[in-house]
Amino acid sequence: MKLGVLDSSNLTGGQQLAVKYYTVAVVLFGAQILFGLFAGLQFLAPEFGYNVLDFSVNRMVHVNAMIVWMLYGFIGAIYWLVEEEAGTELVGLKLGNLAFWVLTAAVTVVVLVYLFVQTGPGEIESIWFINEGREYIEAPRWADIGIVVCLLVFFYNVAATFMKGKWSGISGVLVFDLVAVAGLYLAGMFYTTNVSVEQYWWWWVIHLWVEATWEVLIGCIMAWGLIKTLGASRKIVTTWLYIEVALMLGAGILGLGHHYFWIGTPEYWFTVGGFFSALEPVPLVAMVVHAVYDSGVHRFKNTNHPALAWLIAHAFGNFFGAGVFGFMHTLPQVNLYTHGTQWSSSHGHFAFFGAYATINIAMFYIALQKWRGNVYMSAGLADNGWKWKWALGLLNMGVVGMTMALLVSGYEQAFVERALGGSTWAAYFAAQNSVWFIQGMLWREIFGLMTAAGFGLLVWDLVTIGRTETRSMLIPAEAAKAAA
Amino acid sequence: MITTAWWASEDFWRKATIWITAFMVVVLIVLTYDSLSQISAGTERVPAYSAINNRIYYRQDKSRNMPVPVIGDPAPLFGKILSETEAEALVEKGKITTQAKNCMGCHTILGNGAYFAPDLTKAWLDPAWGSEGTREQLMMRFLLDPPANSRGYGSKRRMPNLGITEEEARGIIAFLKWMSTIDTNGFPRNFTPIAQEGDR
Repeated sequence: MKLGVLDSSNLTGGQQLAVKYYTVAVVLFGAQILFGLFAGLQFLAPEFGYNVLDFSVNRMVHVNAMIVWMLYGFIGAIYWLVEEEAGTELVGLKLGNLAFWVLTAAVTVVVLVYLFVQTGPGEIESIWFINEGREYIEAPRWADIGIVVCLLVFFYNVAATFMKGKWSGISGVLVFDLVAVAGLYLAGMFYTTNVSVEQYWWWWVIHLWVEATWEVLIGCIMAWGLIKTLGASRKIVTTWLYIEVALMLGAGILGLGHHYFWIGTPEYWFTVGGFFSALEPVPLVAMVVHAVYDSGVHRFKNTNHPALAWLIAHAFGNFFGAGVFGFMHTLPQVNLYTHGTQWSSSHGHFAFFGAYATINIAMFYIALQKWRGNVYMSAGLADNGWKWKWALGLLNMGVVGMTMALLVSGYEQAFVERALGGSTWAAYFAAQNSVWFIQGMLWREIFGLMTAAGFGLLVWDLVTIGRTETRSMLIPAEAAKAAA
Repeated sequence: MITTAWWASEDFWRKATIWITAFMVVVLIVLTYDSLSQISAGTERVPAYSAINNRIYYRQDKSRNMPVPVIGDPAPLFGKILSETEAEALVEKGKITTQAKNCMGCHTILGNGAYFAPDLTKAWLDPAWGSEGTREQLMMRFLLDPPANSRGYGSKRRMPNLGITEEEARGIIAFLKWMSTIDTNGFPRNFTPIAQEGDR
């Protein structure tokens, strides 16, 4: 084992599988940014890509690449930690590898069809083989079935490995949550003409994934990450995890109601959705307190500086992006004006990045550290670690900048189109054509380019970090001693 | 030895997590049963597909303080009264087409989707179509050749040509008319519908 060299023999079987998932995740992250830039540009120059790569195609690839890279990141993270947490080898490594290649081949075919076939005739076959035309879950039905099968293989691997080895608080929550993640996807796998019923179930997938089960999943990853990087006490971390999950599901399950204000569903959802979704930021506060407190107790001395920095970015990004920016327009009295405007995309950009992109990136760094033979990644890295620091800064500033720019456009749209204009198509375009709206869109594109620069730097850093390092990784106890 | 208070113990929070989650799931299931019964096609909130045989109005409901759709006198789509089965088949054609053409990639439907093009929830009632008399014809012409009949309102955004057939366009128009009958609790805010003969 040579320090600083990427060597698969440094990794367990599950971890070798994890880095495959991470590799595809990074490629899809790049695709998300690229197609986001195209779509953003079309707000400023609508003729760009017209009839070749229309906005609908760019936007579909943009949001689907995001969902899929995040899922790849989560699956990778869990394959990364499962053997260590269970204290035994992965039970179905070959099956896991097969599922990875099948899933990746399916994702590739789906993206190629999105790009080159794009749409189909108004027949049910189009929904089976081209795209379902439902935001976030556009993947055609055949791919849905493939996704469920691959998720079941993944679930089997994780649950059976814990059953063979040992259980912990983290693994218990994780396995319980994975049942829900896979099960909820089924709620989006049928066709119905009744658009109200369709959107009712569609939100079961979207909301109960991103605002409930995914949050629990990253709660588990965060708990493990804090033990790993800081050497935090497992007992304290596990107790916090339970508190977070209780609050998260206590608020988030019925918080689903904030999607049921305007789709034809009864008025009682105003009360249920408004009340519970207003509580949704509470567990995110708990997560910030938990992460910052633990880091403070350990005086920020840790085994992996880039990873801990991204974990802290996650805690704050999750709280501000998902929590504060979600709360801002979750009450029906506000949402009546903001639903379906750029407010939603402002919140969406901040929330998905803050809650999920950040923690995946943290896990990438944890993986690279071990992949290079447990290389040193604490304070005082080569070149002062400028690449990871600038990548962290550019990506976060880029996304926060996009969020704020979209919010300006969103305000303009809500005022001009809804409050003043009478919500007609003419009012819609009056808002879209207003100078402040367009300025918001311009700044969004500029900050989008900043995000892209941050991504480029991140990839460069991921490829090079630790390559010339001669020191070995500190173990958490040593890191703590260095602080004393 | 430091003992942990009951409210800070791992055991207490594990149990609390299980009970809280189970309770919320049960409440959600109960509300789901109720909501689905109120939004199946043919209910007050989500009218039957044959509503496309009638004129659709928008009227201010004083007690709810919001405008609500009203199904008025017969006004058959494309001049033909359809049975419930025929109406459903036509709306279904339109709904599948909106998915196959990925309309949500640019538009919003019930406010959900992308924000590059206007919301379609009340498209049938939008003043964009001039008058009742010209509406069906204009919608048909637009859907069959969007670039040539673009309505960008001073913006350069144009709907691309999606190869929509006449049969699909009829379906889309039926779907849009039916969707405008859904009681959306006053969304989109402040909506000003097209002027119609017999408006009240």
